[in-house]
Amino acid sequence: MTSDFDWKPLALVPVLAALALPLVGSPSTWLTLTVAGLAMGLIVFIIASGLTLVFGLMDVLNFGHGVFIALGAFVAVTVMGSMGNYVAASSFWLNLVALLPAMLVAMAVAGALGYVFERLIVRPVYGQHLKQILITMGGMIIGEEMIKVVWGPEQRPLPLPEALRGAFIFGDAAVEKYRVLAVLVGLLVFAAMVWTLNRTKVGLLIRAGVQDREMVESLGYRIRRLFVGVFVVGSALAGLGGVMWGLYQQTVIPQMGAQVNILIFIVIIIGGLGSTLGALIGALLVGLMANYTGFLVPKVALFSNIALMVAILLWRPQGVYPVTNR
Amino acid sequence: MSDALLRLEGVHTHIGAYHILHGVDLQVPANQLTMLLGRNGAGKTTTLRTIMGLWKASQGRVLLAGRDITGRPTPEIAQAGVAYVPENMGIFADLSVKENMVLAARGARNVDDIDTSRLEWIFGLFPAMKKFWNHPAGKLSGGQKQMLAVSRAIVEPRQLLLIDEPSKGLAPAIIQNMIAAFRELKAAQTTILLVEQNFNFARQLGDTVAVMDDGRVVHSGPMAALAEDEALQARLLGLSLGAHQ
Repeated sequence: MTSDFDWKPLALVPVLAALALPLVGSPSTWLTLTVAGLAMGLIVFIIASGLTLVFGLMDVLNFGHGVFIALGAFVAVTVMGSMGNYVAASSFWLNLVALLPAMLVAMAVAGALGYVFERLIVRPVYGQHLKQILITMGGMIIGEEMIKVVWGPEQRPLPLPEALRGAFIFGDAAVEKYRVLAVLVGLLVFAAMVWTLNRTKVGLLIRAGVQDREMVESLGYRIRRLFVGVFVVGSALAGLGGVMWGLYQQTVIPQMGAQVNILIFIVIIIGGLGSTLGALIGALLVGLMANYTGFLVPKVALFSNIALMVAILLWRPQGVYPVTNR
Repeated sequence: MSDALLRLEGVHTHIGAYHILHGVDLQVPANQLTMLLGRNGAGKTTTLRTIMGLWKASQGRVLLAGRDITGRPTPEIAQAGVAYVPENMGIFADLSVKENMVLAARGARNVDDIDTSRLEWIFGLFPAMKKFWNHPAGKLSGGQKQMLAVSRAIVEPRQLLLIDEPSKGLAPAIIQNMIAAFRELKAAQTTILLVEQNFNFARQLGDTVAVMDDGRVVHSGPMAALAEDEALQARLLGLSLGAHQ
């Protein structure tokens, strides 16, 4: 980052947290809510990061992104269900034996579906936004129905592994163990993305492609291949996010993707379409806002994220970190 | 005239419902700088974009060193050795100068893989590139952005450079800098097809010239001949020419 780096959007996260402290009153409750908000935000970031790059690279509005979330969560139900002994074990490491394969299989299945989704549904409608919205929403509906066919239409439990239940106690504050794990996984994904985008040639191509894909092609790179790769990785990350979200809620339903979709779009609009750092800031703001308002004024909790988006867009109409050249 | 490196034969291009090129015949001799002149809307930019495969020719052929590249995907044409500097320069503003250069060097995974002597040669042509090496490209001035765009096109040896209006919007001092750089490129036996509106700029650099009007090449020949013939200039380039001299 250079000295010209715009720190203002980054400062919004601590500012929001600081503003909430006097409103919440109790520092221990504030700490609990803040960690919950950060955990929720980082899970949403995992899901949204792929979508924002897909839009940035190819101008594709994928309203079907939610299907990868639901698929990831249901795959986790199956994988963890088949490893009940490891899930029920009190050792964290034995829990990991179930959790890690669940995450990896969910990512693999969601990534594979992403490849098929791109070939069959997205590719025929490049450059046609209205058709993209309609056909990707249709794709999500079909995906949801397929999930119902395989796993049934009812709500399914996705219990937390034994060692992740309960909370760490800091004075009067209780911080749920799973939320700490969610924060760590989210930060790990963010670090991996930052490293890839800033330290590798593929990352350089993605960053350039988000700004001017025609010029990237003129330099001799096949951006469609790059896009397919990003779409698959984005789908896989949504699958991982689905596992994390399912464990966060401890239940999964086939429609969960559609429910999370609205949050994701708020996040990528706040962040600036195509911006990874913007998506992170947007996700953290959305997570914190949902938790603070859910505690302070539950009746406006649903509306609060829309209000946040409106406020941000009034300040920066292109999002907090607009991508140059778009 | 030396052998043509690039040859366009009866090229037509449609953009949507609009018929822009109406059978362009053009030859770009190897190791020379060919100027493509013409009024606004004559089809110069469309010609470059059609060569580059960004817009597809609906009829006719584009031959590069005898190989038919008509309708080939843009990345394939670039890999065949054609570098393109668009009118808007196509700079990646959020990337540093260094990152722009690494990206343009297809064979390089990082800056260490770029040929050092070539990089030094580029720094000699455009010292600002060295000075602002780690700066975001979006923070450069208009002239520096143009220098970066040209530097990017020559970071690796290319068969042909397609450059669209490099003098557009630049201050006179910067234009002189660009002219000096293009002279060096010519001396290095680079084949260039350069679109220009500024006749003074074109006259100083061109070996050969092609003038377009209404989607066709209406004149081609040595630049020196056109530069000496004011009546021909007036007929081919019209009143707009005077404004640029």
